[in-house]
Amino acid sequence: MSGNVIAESIPKLLDGAALTVELVAIALAIGIVLAVPLALARVSGRLWLNGPVYGYVFFFRGTPLLVQIFLIYYGLSQFETVREGPLWPILREPYWCAIIAFTLNTAAYTAEIIRGGIQGVPHGEIEAARALGMSRLLVLRRIILPRAFRLALPAYGNEIIILLKASALASTITLLDLTGVARTIIARTYMPIELFAMAGAIYLVITFMITRAIKALEHRLSPHTRPPRPA
Amino acid sequence: MIDLHGFSAQLLAGTALTIELALASAALGTLIGLALSALKLSRSKLGRGFADLYTTIFRGVPELLIVLLVYFGATIALTSLSRALGGEEPIELHPFLAGTLALGLAFGAYATEVFRGAFQALPRGQIEAARALGMSRFLAFRRIALPQVWRFALPGLGNIFLVLLKDTSLVSVIGLEELMRKTSIAVGFTKEPFTFYLAAAVIYLVMTIISMIGLGALERHANRGVRRAAR
Repeated sequence: MSGNVIAESIPKLLDGAALTVELVAIALAIGIVLAVPLALARVSGRLWLNGPVYGYVFFFRGTPLLVQIFLIYYGLSQFETVREGPLWPILREPYWCAIIAFTLNTAAYTAEIIRGGIQGVPHGEIEAARALGMSRLLVLRRIILPRAFRLALPAYGNEIIILLKASALASTITLLDLTGVARTIIARTYMPIELFAMAGAIYLVITFMITRAIKALEHRLSPHTRPPRPA
Repeated sequence: MIDLHGFSAQLLAGTALTIELALASAALGTLIGLALSALKLSRSKLGRGFADLYTTIFRGVPELLIVLLVYFGATIALTSLSRALGGEEPIELHPFLAGTLALGLAFGAYATEVFRGAFQALPRGQIEAARALGMSRFLAFRRIALPQVWRFALPGLGNIFLVLLKDTSLVSVIGLEELMRKTSIAVGFTKEPFTFYLAAAVIYLVMTIISMIGLGALERHANRGVRRAAR
């Protein structure tokens, strides 16, 4: 009988895993787009740019993601202007609230990672590009950002895995992600050990694939550090 | 100031429990980390394999899943144990213990890597010198290795402690009345989710800031005998 439950739950868990990957992928995609200007603001040296971004980063890195999710999903409904505003159809959906919370959270962490990458670009390369007559924007596009992304890649890989694990919190606002599906089946069958272990194994597989993909990307992006191929 | 409708004492009680939970989990996790890093650096193939498996699993599975698995899994295990011994009532693992165990297990996985790096940063000659002076292996470990490992490991341990502090909020899911759960209870009474989750966020931020100050002081203390390069 219990073997039956396990066999039946595998396709449901995989559906949940698909939602987990979807939430994480959307949040990462929007998050990195937000993170680049935020990182540039952090290194701009201008207080009116750096100050507010620092505050944003500090808030989202210093508070639990669970608080951020609840602030957005439950919190915003406290205000009548929100409830009657044009964005309410989005803000009352747990799906969009999870995406907003994950995006704002990962953008804050990613901004700091990219800032570290930008600051790691050797000064000489920037000066050389300027000396060759490139404009500031061109230096940014051709030299600083590509180098910064390469330098930030290992740390960004860690951030992807952290966000994947954090996405289990989507289950606290009724979403049927991987953890959510496991919890629903457990509520019916009361087999927590088996189902959480299966969900955990699926998370491990996804983590493993992400780690491998990042390693492969790192290898691809650093041909200059590889020994030359024998002729 | 925001009006907390007389719930401030409740939130403070939750904060105290959050701090206790964080400290207890960090203590347990530090012990796990020390033991497993010793295994990782040992000559025993089995020991290294076990430590690798442990860190892979506990760093790749969501903390929320670990909390749920420990709580429900331990309750099932304890209940069947008591049934086997002739007991009638189901036994539930106290949420504080379950939370400490779950967060300690996760903290331990990250601490293992931190300690491993710290042990490897230790100059070999120092241990050899201590052994040559006639110190036993244990004495050399206690007098020479440990004080320095502590210094090397502190920055890494500090980072994972800040992560742990925020992860304590996950234990609210299994009903422990720490800060997050107390906040949700207050929201249930007052119907002011934004006010209260924002208050909780501010309390977490203050705890983060105080932890950062404390960790800075610990690092300064650990580095008191280290000469810095002249500026």
